[in-house]
Amino acid sequence: MARERIKYNRFNRISPTSNFVLTVLMIILAILTVLPLLLVVSISFSSAESLARNGYKFIPETFTLEPYKLLMKTGAQIRDSYIITIFYTITGTVMSLTVMSMFAFVLAQRNFKFRTIYTFILFFTMLFSGGLVPSYIINVRYLGLKDTVWIFLLPSLISAYNVIILRTFIQTTIPDALFEAARIDGASHFTVFFRIVLPLFKPGLATIGLFNVVSRWNDWFTGMLYIDNPKLVPLQTLLQRILRSIQFIKENAQLEGTREAQELLASMPTESTRMAIAVIVVIPILFAYPFFQRYFIEGLTIGSIKG
Amino acid sequence: MSQSTDKKKKKNFLYNTKEELTLHAMALPALAALFVFSYLPMFGIVIAFKKLNVAKGILGSDWVGFKNFQFLFASTDAWNITRNTVGYNIVFILLNTTLAMTLAILINELYSTRLAKVLQTIYIMPHFLSMAVVSIIVFAFLSARNGYLNGILQDLFGKQPVNWYNDRTWWPLFFVIIHAWKGVGYSSVVYLAAITGISKEYYEAAIIDGASKVQQIRYITLPHLRTMMAILLLMAVGGIFRGDFGLFYLVPQNSGVLYPVTDVIDTYVYRAMTMLNNPGMAAAAGLYQSLVGFVLIITVNRIVSKIDPESALF
Repeated sequence: MARERIKYNRFNRISPTSNFVLTVLMIILAILTVLPLLLVVSISFSSAESLARNGYKFIPETFTLEPYKLLMKTGAQIRDSYIITIFYTITGTVMSLTVMSMFAFVLAQRNFKFRTIYTFILFFTMLFSGGLVPSYIINVRYLGLKDTVWIFLLPSLISAYNVIILRTFIQTTIPDALFEAARIDGASHFTVFFRIVLPLFKPGLATIGLFNVVSRWNDWFTGMLYIDNPKLVPLQTLLQRILRSIQFIKENAQLEGTREAQELLASMPTESTRMAIAVIVVIPILFAYPFFQRYFIEGLTIGSIKG
Repeated sequence: MSQSTDKKKKKNFLYNTKEELTLHAMALPALAALFVFSYLPMFGIVIAFKKLNVAKGILGSDWVGFKNFQFLFASTDAWNITRNTVGYNIVFILLNTTLAMTLAILINELYSTRLAKVLQTIYIMPHFLSMAVVSIIVFAFLSARNGYLNGILQDLFGKQPVNWYNDRTWWPLFFVIIHAWKGVGYSSVVYLAAITGISKEYYEAAIIDGASKVQQIRYITLPHLRTMMAILLLMAVGGIFRGDFGLFYLVPQNSGVLYPVTDVIDTYVYRAMTMLNNPGMAAAAGLYQSLVGFVLIITVNRIVSKIDPESALF
């Protein structure tokens, strides 16, 4: 495939000059894409005085690790949030994948009588929704999910779009004949699912799993709406709250009232600290996604094929 | 799907009642979750027609008929949030589709496939940032005191610092730029996949006929992307009544002065519910959004299936 592509490219490619111009343009575009993030990184390594003097710059005038050291020292809340976010992300993804892949398997059974109605029940949720207000009231008043870990795990169990991608994955990658053969040999649907489908299905699971991990890691809305308990606040919500007030360091129980805290507060590089938190929040995803990019592309491509 | 009766019999044996029970059991957790978290709220939408009394609950609250809707549509808010939501979305859809397709076509022309891969990885990076992070990035540019933009304006043009979070003028442009920055790379991935999937024979035939690069794009590449574009556009149009909450709420830092250009239906619903403490009206606005969105997607799908049945969503 790759060789074919190269051959073809030689045959029908743009002129070397055009290629050079295009390459330069595309590289400039790539630089422009990452620059905004680099500004934040640069601020996070800047000292308070240089920021006050020069404003935000792409290259820190005086390089300092102070903001990060401050975070380490005062970061009980950040540590808690980091741990709870990892918990939400992993638990939520595993639960989601289990429920969604079983459902997708059922919807992939072409001869199952209830297939059409189940598909419709799923599909309809993509077309119409009750909206924020009824969901909020039901989650809070009737289900008592406010300020619990469940609010991060249960309402997000199913994404109709993801189930449809999973179903398409099963239908296109696993031949029906394989199911039938296993079924004739006396295997139950359950056995077929766990013994045959799941092992053959790893790329599909990886794709949807990654979609899930990213959206859970990046979810700030659930925390903003439902969580008051500091122990349960996820990272992104923490970040969003910090953006509003720098009070959080002042409120930090470990330091409150101590002499050290007052000194720290006086000399605190608040802006750079904020940026440092953003950097810490972003790092895991930024380092991980290039390795899993293949799966994202696969999922995206399948998602745009209608089911 | 055509099957012989013989095969059907075999299939029926494979799907006897007891075995169907297994399938139902496997579907049960998903169905339960859908019922509780998607369908119950659909019924809960009745609060749009009630005066919500938290103590009495959704069912116990008193009916008020269409009062919530009257209240909503009597204000200028309804028009304003509709205009903003739909207006921004139309610009977003047109611009992102065009840019993403252009980007995909250009990436595909690069000699080095290695470089193309690396570039693609960089272009999709912003997609992986949450809006909370994006709002911090934007703050780094727009902060009145230290922001990068004010810095440049001051250094290069000697301008006074602008308080961007209190000045409506440029926000529509900011939103368009942020949205494109965050989404174009990601959308281009889909188009690129479609382009690489086009059979080379078309191009070879075209070259023999003396077609230029531009003609090849115009007469081969673009027509092949049509189905995919139709599906993506259809989905986008179906969501035209849904505003990106994070973009319009977090990024302008919920600044009241900016509401005329930042308020979309979603931010309005959220504020009516949490700050104005008017859940009835918030639910009314939410129902308005859901209903129009529903009608839109059904209509567009109808139209698409008339013109090109292959491209219809359902």
